[in-house]
Amino acid sequence: MTALQESRGAPDALAIEGLHKSFGALEVLRGLDLTVAEHEVVALIGASGSGKSTLLRCINLLEEIDAGRIFIEGIEITGRGVNVDRVRRRIGIVFQSFNLFPHMTVLGNITLAPRQVLKLPKPEADERARTLLERFGLADKRDEYPDRLSGGQQQRAAIVRAMAMQPDVLLLDEITAALDPELVAEVLDVIRELAAEGMTLVLATHEMGFARDVADRICFLDGGVILEQGPPSELLSDPREERTRQFLQRIISAGRL
Amino acid sequence: MSGEAHTTRDELTARRGSHLFGRMRPSGVMVAVLSTLIVFGLIGLVVVNAPGFDRVQQAFFDPALFQRSLPLLIASLWVNIQMFLIAEVAILVLALVLAIMRSLPGPVFFPFRLMAITYIEFFRAVPGILIIYILGYGIPGLRIPGLVIEPFFWGVVALVLVWSAYVAEVYRAGIDAIHPSQESAARSLGLSRVQGLRYVVLPQAVRRVIPPLLNDFIGLQKDTALVSFIGVIEVFRRSQIVAGGAFNFTPYVVCALLFILMTIPMARLVDYLAVRDRRRQLAGAVGR
Repeated sequence: MTALQESRGAPDALAIEGLHKSFGALEVLRGLDLTVAEHEVVALIGASGSGKSTLLRCINLLEEIDAGRIFIEGIEITGRGVNVDRVRRRIGIVFQSFNLFPHMTVLGNITLAPRQVLKLPKPEADERARTLLERFGLADKRDEYPDRLSGGQQQRAAIVRAMAMQPDVLLLDEITAALDPELVAEVLDVIRELAAEGMTLVLATHEMGFARDVADRICFLDGGVILEQGPPSELLSDPREERTRQFLQRIISAGRL
Repeated sequence: MSGEAHTTRDELTARRGSHLFGRMRPSGVMVAVLSTLIVFGLIGLVVVNAPGFDRVQQAFFDPALFQRSLPLLIASLWVNIQMFLIAEVAILVLALVLAIMRSLPGPVFFPFRLMAITYIEFFRAVPGILIIYILGYGIPGLRIPGLVIEPFFWGVVALVLVWSAYVAEVYRAGIDAIHPSQESAARSLGLSRVQGLRYVVLPQAVRRVIPPLLNDFIGLQKDTALVSFIGVIEVFRRSQIVAGGAFNFTPYVVCALLFILMTIPMARLVDYLAVRDRRRQLAGAVGR
């Protein structure tokens, strides 16, 4: 698939080949392959501990991988001598627990990396932040500290912070899992909007309904590999693999689909 | 946030004993006053009726000598103040470097970690007075041309060496208290390790350790008296001189009073910051 797309002159936004990652004796990823085309939205589903978060953390090199290769726009980012800081500028990630910087205002959180990493002048970084905040309904929270915001607002601010770096790919790690149920929708709306405007997204999620709505493709992680993948309509309603069926059965009986 | 929440919070603070009187009810204050009068009255009676009280009173609390030594000692106290002000600035910098060295991860930085740990272990283990002696007498004794031989200088250096080991550990506790997810978030945005440390981890860590840091500075203030042993005429040595000349211990009492006065502002600042921090943490928890 990679070769095919390269011949058409458009490399995959993200390509992963044979990714292995262990924590001590625990092998979490066992030769995982995944490609994500530009503007594609890919949802990763799977039981807790199936390696969704680990995969995302490997993609933006927050975890050192044991074996395998990762490509962004056809360029390998896992080789020797790669500047990880340069790679991370191009791959945004939003965490389950927001991880906003509590000692900075919302504006400070958003402009830190554009100013220090991209070396944007302050007015320019501020302007970029203002535009994004306005778009995601946080304009009035610009000068607030994170602990004055609701969980949903904090997570939206974290998304804006990642988007301010104008990444090629945005990784979302269970970003609604820590939110009260009534705050989930406002965050999912933001993701929907990002998807609609063509942002390349890879999201680990337990929100099956949302995955079905927003994703072009759903990947089911099991045993450290992607056991099965396909368009939401197929994978969710008619999975081929027994393990996938069992997983979805559990989700349905928990009332989550 | 209701007024009730505030009361509970203040009561909590009072119960932890940060405020002397806390939120005592009027009857509580009465009991406290009465109990205090009885306890201190009894202690006073025992002391005043001790067989040697008159001699002790004369030797330690001679009013005339008190008056005469006070201005002399205040003038000498300035030397101590200079010492600890200079030392504090140097300690803040050196300790931060040590703490960062000790926090560097990975095998590449092993020698730096080793250096920092060795330094900290060494200077925490050896009594400060020994370091002061060794530097104050040893280094000038080398007679290296052009090298400073002022005991004031080497005394301050010794204080910096000893106390930066303690303060480095305070800093490190602060750095360790910042959740690794903060660094992850910084690195994920493309900030380098150094940038993450500078803009994200350290500002939070330093804010957390200000109270214990000031506490160490109180210890440092007192330790400036040790520098008298290598010949710096500061407030303690001046007390010795005046006391020796008058065959009376009153100057030592004056000296102790001056140290207390010098410490009070710092101690109050520590208390204030501790209370403010606790408030802020509680407020943060409520806001969530």
